[in-house]
Amino acid sequence: MPSPISPAPAKNGPEVRQQTPRARMRDAVGEPPWMRRLLIGLAILLISVILLVPLAAVFHQAFAKGVDGYIAAITAPDTLSAIRLTLLACAIAVPFNVVFGVAAAWAIAKFDFKGKNFLITLIDIPFSVSPVIAGLVFILLFGAQGYFGEFLSEHDIQLVFAVPGIVLATIFVTFPFVARELIPVMQAQGTEEEEASISLGADGWKTFWRITLPNIKWGLLYGVVLCNARAMGEFGAVSVVSGHIRGETNTLPLHVEILYNEYDFSGAFAVASLLAFLAVITLIAKKFLERGVRAEIKAAENMVPEQGALHS
Amino acid sequence: MNPLKNNFRKILGVAALGLLAGVASAKNITLLNVSYDPTRELYKEINKSFISGWEAKHPGDKLTIQQSHGGSGKQARAVIDGLKADVVTLALAFDVGVLNTQAKLVPPDWDKQLKHNSAPYTSTIVFLVRKGNPKKIKDWNDLTRKGVSVITPNPKTSGGARWNYLAAWGYALRQPGGNEAKARDFVKALFKNVPVLDAGARGATTTFVQRGIGDVFLSWENEAYLAVNELGAGRFEIIYPSVSILAEPSVAVVEKVAKKKGTTEIAKAYLEFLYTEEGQEIAARHYYRPRSEKAFAKYKANFPDLKLFTIDEAFGGWTKAQKKHFDDGGEFDQIYVK
Repeated sequence: MPSPISPAPAKNGPEVRQQTPRARMRDAVGEPPWMRRLLIGLAILLISVILLVPLAAVFHQAFAKGVDGYIAAITAPDTLSAIRLTLLACAIAVPFNVVFGVAAAWAIAKFDFKGKNFLITLIDIPFSVSPVIAGLVFILLFGAQGYFGEFLSEHDIQLVFAVPGIVLATIFVTFPFVARELIPVMQAQGTEEEEASISLGADGWKTFWRITLPNIKWGLLYGVVLCNARAMGEFGAVSVVSGHIRGETNTLPLHVEILYNEYDFSGAFAVASLLAFLAVITLIAKKFLERGVRAEIKAAENMVPEQGALHS
Repeated sequence: MNPLKNNFRKILGVAALGLLAGVASAKNITLLNVSYDPTRELYKEINKSFISGWEAKHPGDKLTIQQSHGGSGKQARAVIDGLKADVVTLALAFDVGVLNTQAKLVPPDWDKQLKHNSAPYTSTIVFLVRKGNPKKIKDWNDLTRKGVSVITPNPKTSGGARWNYLAAWGYALRQPGGNEAKARDFVKALFKNVPVLDAGARGATTTFVQRGIGDVFLSWENEAYLAVNELGAGRFEIIYPSVSILAEPSVAVVEKVAKKKGTTEIAKAYLEFLYTEEGQEIAARHYYRPRSEKAFAKYKANFPDLKLFTIDEAFGGWTKAQKKHFDDGGEFDQIYVK
């Protein structure tokens, strides 16, 4: 059904056209419809070729030996142990990074101190360092020939080529995710609410639980989702410190490589499909959480002028 | 007293005693065998046989053998860096030797600890070509022809690739009028035909077999059979060159680690098992040339005759060969500059 406004521009010319926002936008962009369609078509084509086709190929290969083959591949003892190890690494790395990320973001967003920028740079290091280097650093420190190698071997502590090394490497590469996500949210929110809470007699701990945490919950969840996705998918750093002992120090991505190299292609893709599945869940969660994060930042921005008005 | 309760107590007591006795004699033992790339299938079967034999002789023991595979040089590096291997079964003597020179993990005379230079089986380097051999590749000199694409892994990281390289070099030396300069030119021309260098033998096999790159793949004999039998029945052919190198993959107990873990005895037994008729037959079934004449005769069909030279004959041993050819700035670095 045509809306009452739409025929108007055709009749009355530019004067009325200015009034309808949609028409104005079309003018501002100034692209003819065929051009827009072409661009959209190209974008869809590109996304299909780069993202959808490979994803479909993963699942197609995964089921190359039928549903039974798929189930057999993901319930094989070595696969199950890889799943367990990956979940364990995430179960340690993610909470660790939540605690660290909240603390760091809190410190950076709510306080002023010397070396603040330096701290932000430090947090970003895992983003800029190649994962291989991250792995080798741990070998250099904790390997048998490393700085602490002798001490560790005297006390029978095995860090690298064992589960602790994998957890360490995972923590290292996922270090910035939560903090990086929270800093902008917290900075936008400022410190007014916390100041009010404290001036009303709440202690710091209570202020954190009642004021700060509820304000950042979406940003925090968003960071956790990203952190978890990276922790599960990490290959490079973990590969260096793993030692590739089957059933012992193989995470899911490493297990995919092993199966592939053993010519078990459908097995490799079956396990890969688990990771792809995780990626899809991550995407959905991300989409959902992004809305919350935007709302959080918007709420914080709206709050500031209100308070300003109160003061004046 | 309630007789039921009394009985229950008795049962509990017996069970506890039994448990104690069990703990005293039975052990949970875990061995880690750090090996190179193509031995996955071989050691899967070796482990199964050895475990059932050991547990039959030591009732109550629960033995688990863990495996780790990768490029031979990389694996040696990991053991030096602290990967707790009880035994190493690597692609070549040099990679076991560095465990002594770099970290004193094995004794200097490790290669005298077991028979045949501590190499329980041998192998050689053969050519894998596509069905019908469209490029008519018959011998090493065909590999330097124009338009022939050769697949080999990187000699810096892969043990098999070092054997490939030395086999080619040794072939050139043995040609009429062959000398070092001619061998260098020959190997250089060969590596001009190499489009990609994978890090390990498995990656290179995948490149050739799955991705369909290359006309000829310089391969371990056993890996070539695996490709023919398992991956592409009817898609590939194995070509035996006129002469190749006798590759001796070496094994050793990592004494320092085993001593600490208390597994020296079982680790030794594990490697000695490789020399038994049973172990030799398993090796032969997986296309590793057994040392045992009996096993060799039984699986003779797997191993066509070809002239083999040893690394000691052609290069004066691994230490020399490694230093001259594969160390930084060595022959290979100068040959493979693009």
